Amino acid sequence: MSGPVRDLTVDSVTGIDVSLPVAGPGARAYAFLLDWHIRLIVALAWFVVGALLYNGRPSLAPPLSNDARWFGTVVAPALAIYFLYHCVLELAMRGSTPGKRMAGVRLVARDGGSPSAGALLTRNVFRLVDSLPLCYGVGLISVVLTRDHLRIGDMAAGTLLVFERAEARLPGSAAAARGAGHLDAAGAEIVAELLERWSTLTPEARQRLARQVLDRYGGGEPAASGGDPDAAWRAELERLASSR
Amino acid sequence: MDGAARQRALSASLLQRAGLWREADARTRRLSSGRSDDAADATHLADDYRLLAHDLARARTLLPDSRTREYLEAAYARAHATLHRGAWHIGSELLTLFRDEIPAVVRALRPYIIWSTTIFALAALAGYALVHRYPELIALFASPDLIATVERGKLWTEGLLNIVPSSVLSVQILSRNISVSLFAYCAGFLFGLGTLYILGLNGLMLGAVFAFVSRHGLGGPLASFIVAHGCVELSVLCLSGAAGAAVGEALVRPTHAGRIESFRIAALRSGKLLIACVALLVGCGLIEGYVSPNPGVALWARLGVGVGYWLFMLALLSGRLFGRRAAHPR
Repeated sequence: MSGPVRDLTVDSVTGIDVSLPVAGPGARAYAFLLDWHIRLIVALAWFVVGALLYNGRPSLAPPLSNDARWFGTVVAPALAIYFLYHCVLELAMRGSTPGKRMAGVRLVARDGGSPSAGALLTRNVFRLVDSLPLCYGVGLISVVLTRDHLRIGDMAAGTLLVFERAEARLPGSAAAARGAGHLDAAGAEIVAELLERWSTLTPEARQRLARQVLDRYGGGEPAASGGDPDAAWRAELERLASSR
Repeated sequence: MDGAARQRALSASLLQRAGLWREADARTRRLSSGRSDDAADATHLADDYRLLAHDLARARTLLPDSRTREYLEAAYARAHATLHRGAWHIGSELLTLFRDEIPAVVRALRPYIIWSTTIFALAALAGYALVHRYPELIALFASPDLIATVERGKLWTEGLLNIVPSSVLSVQILSRNISVSLFAYCAGFLFGLGTLYILGLNGLMLGAVFAFVSRHGLGGPLASFIVAHGCVELSVLCLSGAAGAAVGEALVRPTHAGRIESFRIAALRSGKLLIACVALLVGCGLIEGYVSPNPGVALWARLGVGVGYWLFMLALLSGRLFGRRAAHPR
């Protein structure tokens, strides 16, 4: 069960507050799973390639006796990749990781800025507590129960996970502005968005939507000329969007 | 002009600025990703920030549920983060951390360091007294293999390098010590009780094992094994315990607006000490892997390494290693 997305509101010198939507347990878990797969694959890849090079033949078997070279070049780097992944990448990418980027979330401090190096290290140290007793049980319970969806590490470091909103795009705003004579701004956005998404919709769906939009905003049905009906609906929408 | 027409006219005039928003957002993205060090871009950022703030305020009123508003929210948040992000110079950050911040934390945690050291020492004494009086209780603190080895008149550390190479031994030891140290800190989250448990248990084990090996005439060789790395290793455990105790006290007796706020401030402040602890434990691991089990290293040399490394630790924690001078009263 998920409630409405809560926003972190940050005061700004302009007097207009900055609003950052806080990521919930789902987005967190998704980002974590992506990161977990990445670090596992990279660590395994290192181990496999290292073991093949070490053995000089297609075998992953470790040496019979403890060998410093095997440990130093094959085992230790793979373990380091797996265990230091979050710590090193969050420092290097200033609060992000590849998994967080793919999930569209990032870490911020309470003032909306990038967390300090100390905060990022503290957050990662507290993974020891969050991961107890297994599968991040403590962290998950904490994320579900707290208002801002914080795990213990976030509480200690004063950090939050927020949605990036990187995918937010302007609709055909120029068209929307031009169309102000016939359409209100919301209508212009709808028409522009429908035209943008035209090729991703099935012909039935886009024709049905085009009919609804044209009915609502006073456009007419395309004349039956025996040509391509799909192209005719699109042309009618474009005419509505560009009309003065 | 009626209200609806006025609203439409205002919306239209707002939407005509879309090109400016796109340019502002593109500049912000270039600066935030580090792809631009153009001075013109940087000076434009303040103007862009004001422009986006102004238009976002209008969009929140005129177009509250639109993609335009969503876009402006994202662009404004990005500009805010970029404008308020400090310069990132890892070298100077580390120098400030080790020269100024860690010594300040050590000074602030002095009472906790004294308490955690006292608890650890008392636990070690208790462990020693317990096993000295009741030797059979060693089974509570040590493994059957270790007990059997000592009863044969040998230390478990003898011939260690014949079994495991120094490098492997070092990494095993330092990773184990670092995890104990981090746990001692994190366990402070349990209102300080976890830290108390880790300090007490480690003290009891140390005292008990010492009492047991002393009964078998091996106290001297064990001290000789420990002296090179143990001074710093045990000190670091007490330091981590002190950091954990500070976190625990912040939860038990919050001094700021709320318990979580107190916890955050205490964790962030004392957590910096852990960075120094981890660095020191890496050195301890190397000494324990290369020097301590090596029978070729004389006792005086081990003593020199132990005392020298401990003095190094003091210099590190006081900031003098990085040029900090002691404050003199005027």
